[in-house]
Amino acid sequence: MALTETLEPVQTPEARKGYWAGVAQRLARDPVSMLCLAVVAALILAAIFAPYLGLADPYKGSMIARLKPIGTPGHLLGTDEQGRDMLARLIHGGRLTLFIGLMPVVFAFFIGSALGVVAGYVGGRLNTIIMRVVDVFFAFPSVLLAIAISGALGAGIVNSLVSLTIVFVPPITRVAEAVTSGVRSLDYIDAARATGASALTVIRVHVIGNVLSPIFVYATSLTSVCMILAAGLSFLGIGVRPPEPEWGLMLNTLRSAIYVNPWLSALPGVMIFVTSLCLNLLSDGVRSAMNVRD
Amino acid sequence: MFSYFLRRLILVLPVAFGVSVICFLLVQIAPGDPLTAIMPVDATAEEQAAMRAAYGLDRPLPVQYAIWVGNLAQGDMGRSIATGRPVAGEVFGAVQNSLLLAVSAAVIAFPIGIFLGFLAGYFRDTALDKAVTAVSIAGVSVPNYWLGIVLVIIFSVNLGWLPSMGAGPGGSRDWSWNWEHMRHLVLPAVTLAVVPIGIVARTVRALSGDILSMDFVQALYAKGMSRFDVLIHVGRNAAATALSVMGLQLGYLLGGSILIETVFNWPGSGFLLSNAIFQRDLPLLQGTILVLALFFVAMNLIVDVAQAAIDPRIKRS
Repeated sequence: MALTETLEPVQTPEARKGYWAGVAQRLARDPVSMLCLAVVAALILAAIFAPYLGLADPYKGSMIARLKPIGTPGHLLGTDEQGRDMLARLIHGGRLTLFIGLMPVVFAFFIGSALGVVAGYVGGRLNTIIMRVVDVFFAFPSVLLAIAISGALGAGIVNSLVSLTIVFVPPITRVAEAVTSGVRSLDYIDAARATGASALTVIRVHVIGNVLSPIFVYATSLTSVCMILAAGLSFLGIGVRPPEPEWGLMLNTLRSAIYVNPWLSALPGVMIFVTSLCLNLLSDGVRSAMNVRD
Repeated sequence: MFSYFLRRLILVLPVAFGVSVICFLLVQIAPGDPLTAIMPVDATAEEQAAMRAAYGLDRPLPVQYAIWVGNLAQGDMGRSIATGRPVAGEVFGAVQNSLLLAVSAAVIAFPIGIFLGFLAGYFRDTALDKAVTAVSIAGVSVPNYWLGIVLVIIFSVNLGWLPSMGAGPGGSRDWSWNWEHMRHLVLPAVTLAVVPIGIVARTVRALSGDILSMDFVQALYAKGMSRFDVLIHVGRNAAATALSVMGLQLGYLLGGSILIETVFNWPGSGFLLSNAIFQRDLPLLQGTILVLALFFVAMNLIVDVAQAAIDPRIKRS
């Protein structure tokens, strides 16, 4: 009786539910991660359902109600330099900012993983070609590369997505290649090849499952930088075009108001900061929940 | 040592080649005809063709690239479309100002980052460690262009202590180390320093924590070495990695200052870059990015070699 009782903890629920369930469970025990997850989820949900939240029209300005301070009746967070409701614009602004801030990492995750896994698994000349090209992109600081490509392509949502994706493919490829080369040299891969499995099968069955989680953790650590860069492009005027509500662009247009209503003009930046802080903390939480060490 | 330097240098050459190709292609991916900016609207097809031939734009791309690189090698980066002045002169003037800003930010950031990181690593898992970790996460998460605006609101708008923009009375060409000029440097340099403070603190914390838990530290204490002397040993072990992180950060500061330069109207390379973008001045855009990227490549090379000079283990691997 006593023996079975002491044995019980060995059969942890994590062991039965599989790897990802275990990660989720460990993440759920970390209060900071859960708070950040709640904030990010709330921002994303608010952005998705912004048109149905009963907010003011984010595009409707008013010549007489410009730059009303925070706390004005009818305009909880005041109005911007064209008299548009700030609360509505901040919540609507999340739509474009979060979309352009997160999607490039998702695209880059797929493209970079594919390139890196192929380079790492196939090796040889293909590896050299892919990795030397990646090295060249590492010669550009990420801010500079994003601005260079966006600057050449011109403003626009698609152009921002393209330039940020190009910025994040090389680092993800490099990580994916390193992890894959490590797995490639393990015995069970040789065993699988010896049984006659094709390269595609070996990658699909044996490699992907073992390399995806470190690549995934690395990709989550890039989301915060990507958010800041995406808003930064709009801030410079080479991202989203006016009059769309977008946090970086709002920060730019409100700069003219810092002598009139200074704290109002800082609000869009607070949104960017809170989001990127939560993404960073969440990424740290995921990293420790997955037991990945860097 | 010298052979290590040569080996690294040989590895850098293909990267520099790739960088030049990307900078060349930047102009090619730009929508629209590069000639529309300088051609009169009513130019006939023959005149357009003549202009195209005069600029070499009718040649195949590889030939255009070869001509461009050939000119680069002679220090000719073309002429700015907007001002007609040689790109090289414009870029180097601006890069000097950016370098001033980047080095000032580094001088602020690195000692603070090292100090905070070391404190956190030494007092691991204490309240102090948690506080430093919080500061460094906030530092890497903050959009620094917004932080710049907030600092302007506090120190320029509300307190009126420091100027909010520009590089002093003489503008971009006339810098001297007196307070009249330096007060313009304070806010942008502090703003730019925040991200590297976070990154350096995080790196040094991890490094010093790991090294302090190594056996040799126990051995040094056991043989009666003073606390301070032990810390010197720890510092020497951490130096190579910390140095490489800081070298890269200096490169990032120079290449990444464009947003901060825009916030503070600092007459550096970022300011030049945003002007080039809005005037569709592609030769200037190309030249600025090329110079900044090559500087970053050179910085990487210097860091590699310096790291090997400090830590002989790296040369052998």
